Amino acid sequence: MQGLATNHGSAGRVLDPGGGFVRRGLIGLALCFVALFLVLPLVAVFHGAFEKGWRLYLAAIAQPEALAAVKLTLLATAIALPLNLLFGLAAGWAITKFRFRGKNLLVALIDLPFSVSPVIAGLIFVLLFGMQGWFGPWLADHDLRVVFAVPGIVLATVFVTLPMVARALIPLMQDQGHDDELAALSLGASGLQTFWRVTLPNIKWGLLHGVILASARAMGEFGAVSVLSGHIAGRTNTLPLHVEALYNEYQFAAAFAVASLLALFALVTLALKSWVEYRTEGKAS
Amino acid sequence: MAGRRVIPGFGLSLGFTLFYLGLLVLLPLAALVVKASSLGFAGFAQVLGSPQVQAALRVSFVSAAIAALGNGLFGLLLAWVLVRYRFIGRRAIDALVDLPFALPTAVAGIALATLYAPQGWIGQWFARADIQIAYTRAGIVVALTFVGLPFVVRTLQPVLLDLDAEVEQAARSLGASRWQTFSRVILPALVPALITGMTLAFARAAGEYGSVVFIAGNMPGQTEIAPLVIMTRLEQFDYAGATAVGAAMLAVSLLLLLAVNLLQAWTRRKLGGA
Amino acid sequence: MAFHRILRSFTALALITAALLTQIAGCSSKDGDTAQPGTSLTLLNVSYDPTRELYKEVNAAFADDYRRKTGIDVRIEQSHGGSGKQARSVIDGLQADVVSLALGYDIDQIAAKASLLPADWQCRLPCNSSPFTSTIVMLVRKGNPRAIRDWGDLTRQGVSVITPNPKTSGGARWNYLAAWAFAQRNGRDPREFLAALYANVAVLDLGARGSTTTFVQRNIGDVLLTWENEAYLALKEFGADRFEVVVPSISVLCETPVAVVDTVAMRHGTRNAAEAYLQFLYTPQAQDIAARHGFRPRDASVAARYADKFAPLVLVGIDSFGGWPQAQARHFAQGGLFDQLYGGR
Repeated sequence: MQGLATNHGSAGRVLDPGGGFVRRGLIGLALCFVALFLVLPLVAVFHGAFEKGWRLYLAAIAQPEALAAVKLTLLATAIALPLNLLFGLAAGWAITKFRFRGKNLLVALIDLPFSVSPVIAGLIFVLLFGMQGWFGPWLADHDLRVVFAVPGIVLATVFVTLPMVARALIPLMQDQGHDDELAALSLGASGLQTFWRVTLPNIKWGLLHGVILASARAMGEFGAVSVLSGHIAGRTNTLPLHVEALYNEYQFAAAFAVASLLALFALVTLALKSWVEYRTEGKAS
Repeated sequence: MAGRRVIPGFGLSLGFTLFYLGLLVLLPLAALVVKASSLGFAGFAQVLGSPQVQAALRVSFVSAAIAALGNGLFGLLLAWVLVRYRFIGRRAIDALVDLPFALPTAVAGIALATLYAPQGWIGQWFARADIQIAYTRAGIVVALTFVGLPFVVRTLQPVLLDLDAEVEQAARSLGASRWQTFSRVILPALVPALITGMTLAFARAAGEYGSVVFIAGNMPGQTEIAPLVIMTRLEQFDYAGATAVGAAMLAVSLLLLLAVNLLQAWTRRKLGGA
Repeated sequence: MAFHRILRSFTALALITAALLTQIAGCSSKDGDTAQPGTSLTLLNVSYDPTRELYKEVNAAFADDYRRKTGIDVRIEQSHGGSGKQARSVIDGLQADVVSLALGYDIDQIAAKASLLPADWQCRLPCNSSPFTSTIVMLVRKGNPRAIRDWGDLTRQGVSVITPNPKTSGGARWNYLAAWAFAQRNGRDPREFLAALYANVAVLDLGARGSTTTFVQRNIGDVLLTWENEAYLALKEFGADRFEVVVPSISVLCETPVAVVDTVAMRHGTRNAAEAYLQFLYTPQAQDIAARHGFRPRDASVAARYADKFAPLVLVGIDSFGGWPQAQARHFAQGGLFDQLYGGR
C-alpha cells in the first residue's frame, strides 16, 4: 500500500472539475458511503457500550480482567512496534537505495503478512512452537513457553504488523531518491551520520505515520492471537479476546464497553495520524 | 540508480531485512508448506478437490472479488472527493478511512452483524424489501468491503495528488467535456494504482476471518468461507488438510502480490522514462 | 530533536519489555509436589464455553474448602472456548492441570495424540468421570408460536432452526445425535430426517453461545437447539417473558467429563490439588451449585431437591451410538454423514 505514505502534495492546488452539481453529488455519495460503512459501525459500538449507562461502562473497564488485558495488549504492542520499526528502516534502506535482483519478490514477501489469513498466521506458530511442532518439545525441556503464553501473542502481533512501517517508508524513500545521501557522503559524512542527519529527518513523518497505524493494528489483532493465546482469563487474554469472552458471557454492554476502548485507541491514533499529515502538508507548502 | 558502491549499509540493511523476514515470515510459512506436503500430491489434490473445500474457496474468492470491485468504485469516489474537494469534515473522513485497519476484526464483525441483522439499524430497511443481508453472502461482502476499503483509497490518494493539473486543463481547453477529461485523461493514469489497491483489498479479504464469521451464516457450501474450512479441519485434528487449504490460499496471495509489485515497478519505469 | 528522543525511548522500551518477557516465560509455576500449608498454588482448568458461570462459582467454593482442609491457597484460572479447540490447545501445549470438556472424545484425543493422560482416564472417577450431565432441549419464543413440541416439528416446512456447526461445536454434536436418536426410535429414516432438519437451519454458528446470541439478540429462527443449562441461562439472562423451554420426548444423555492432565499436573506439582478439585465436584455442595446452573446433578439427594427443574424424559447415552470413536467416525469426520447432508463427499 503505497498510500501509507503521507500525502505529500500541495493542499493549495485544488482543481474542481465538476460544477457545483456534480461536486455536491459526488461529495454526498461519498458521505453516504462513509456513513454507512465507517461511521455507523463505530456508532453501534459506542451505542452498545453506553446502553446500560456510565456506571456499567466504567465497571466493565475497571474489571481486573479488563485491566490485565489492557496491560497485555500494551506490552505486546510495545515489543512488536520497535522491532518492526527497525525492520522497516532496514528494509526501506535496502530496497530504495540499492539495486539488486529479486527486489520485487522481496517486496511481495514483505506484503505477505497482510494477506495471510489470520487463522493461518496463528497456526504457523503452533506448527513451529506447539508441543507437536518442530521446536515445541525442545522448548518444553528447557521450561520455555511460547504458544499459549505471552511470547506467542507477541509473535503473532509482530507477524501481522510486520509490513506496516516498511510499507509506509518504501514509497516515500523511493520518491526522495538518494541525492541527499550522496551529497552528504561526498562531503565526508559517515554512513551512520548520513542516515541520522539526512535520511531520518526526511522520512520522520512517514515513519511516525507507519508507527501509528502499526500500533493501532497491533492492539486490534484478533484472529492470529486467538489461536495462540489459550484464552486464560486475566493472563493471556488481549483486549480483543476479552471482548469476545465478555460477548460469550452475554455481557453485551460490557463487551461493547471494552470494544469502545479499542475503538477509542483507534480514533486517537487516527487523529494523531491526521495531525502528522497536517504537519507534513504544512511543511510542504 | 547506481549507488551501490557509494551509499554504505547495503550488506547490513539487506542482511537484517532478510534475516528478519526469514525468521518471522519464511520459516513459519515453511512449516505450513512442509506440513501440507506430508499429504503427498494425491492427498493435497484430494483435499483441494473436495466439494466442501471447493465451495468454500469459491465463496471466499468470489465474495472478495465483489468486495474488491465495490471498493474500487467507492474507493475511487472517496479518494477523488478527499483529494479534489474541500468541504467541512474532510479531514475527519480522511482519518476514518483507516478505521478498518485499526478496529479489531471481531469488533467490526459484531458491530456489522448488529447493524445488518433483520432488526438492526440498517438491516430493518432491507428487511422491509424482503432482503436479508446478515447471514447471507451479501453479509460476507459487506464485511469484506469494510476490511478492504483503506487499501484502495490509500493507494489512489497519492497518485491523484501527483496528477498534473495542466494536462487536465489542456484537455478541457481543447474542447473535451468533463466526462471525456475524466475517462480519457485522468482514469488511465489511475488504472495501475486502482488495480494495485483492488488486488491488495482482494488478497486481504480472501483470508479474512474474524469479521466474517459473525455476519456470515457459515452454512457449508453456501456461506462457509475458506478460513472457516481451515478451522473445521483443525477441529477434526486434520492438521495436514488444514495446512493444505492454507498453503493453497497462501500461494494465491503471493502470486497476486508479486503481480502487483511487478505492475508497480513497470509503471514506475514507464513514468520515470517519460 | 524530539523525533530522536522518541526513537531512543522506543529502543529503551523494547529492551525493558524483552527483559520482562524472558522473566514471564521463565517463571512458570513451580510448586513443590507437596505444597505446604500457608503456601499457594494455581490450577488451570481448560473448559468449554457454557461452563464459565458454573466454574466461577465452583472455583470459589473449592478454594474455601481446600484452604480449610489443607491450609493451602489455591487459585483456579479458567480458559473457555469451543471444546474441540480447547482440546487442540492442550495437545499443542496449553498447560492445563485439569480439563472439563463437552465430550469424552475430545479428552480421548488428548490421551491419544499427546499422551498427557492414560487412555483409560474415564474410569478414574465415578460416573464415567462426569460429575454432572446435561441434555439437549429446545428454546422457543414466548407462547411457542410455531407450536414446536418435539423433534418431529423441526422438519416442518417454514420452521427455522438455529444450531451450531457440529464440526466446531461439541454441543452441536449432541444436538445432531439427539435428533438422530428420535428418528431411529420413531420409525423415520435418520438420514432423511436429519437432511430435512438441517435444510431448515438458518445459521450455523461456531459454538453454542454464538447460536444463542443469533437466536436471542438477532431474533433469527423459531427454535434454538441447545444444552439444557444454556437454555436456563438464556431464560435468566434474557427474560423468561420472552422465551420458553420445550423438553422433547427423547434426547441424549450428555456426559461432560473431567480429567486431571497427569503429565502437566505432575510437572507443576499440582496433582494432589487437581485431584481434590475434581473430587470436590462430586460433593453435595458442588452438585448443588451445578444444579442451580442448570446441570443435572449425579447426587441423588441434590437431584431430588431440584426434581421440578429437570423434566424426566427418555435419555440416550453415547453408548447407543457405539461410543465416541465410532460416532465421530461415522457422523462427523471428514466426508462423514454430516458432510453428506451438505453435499460433501
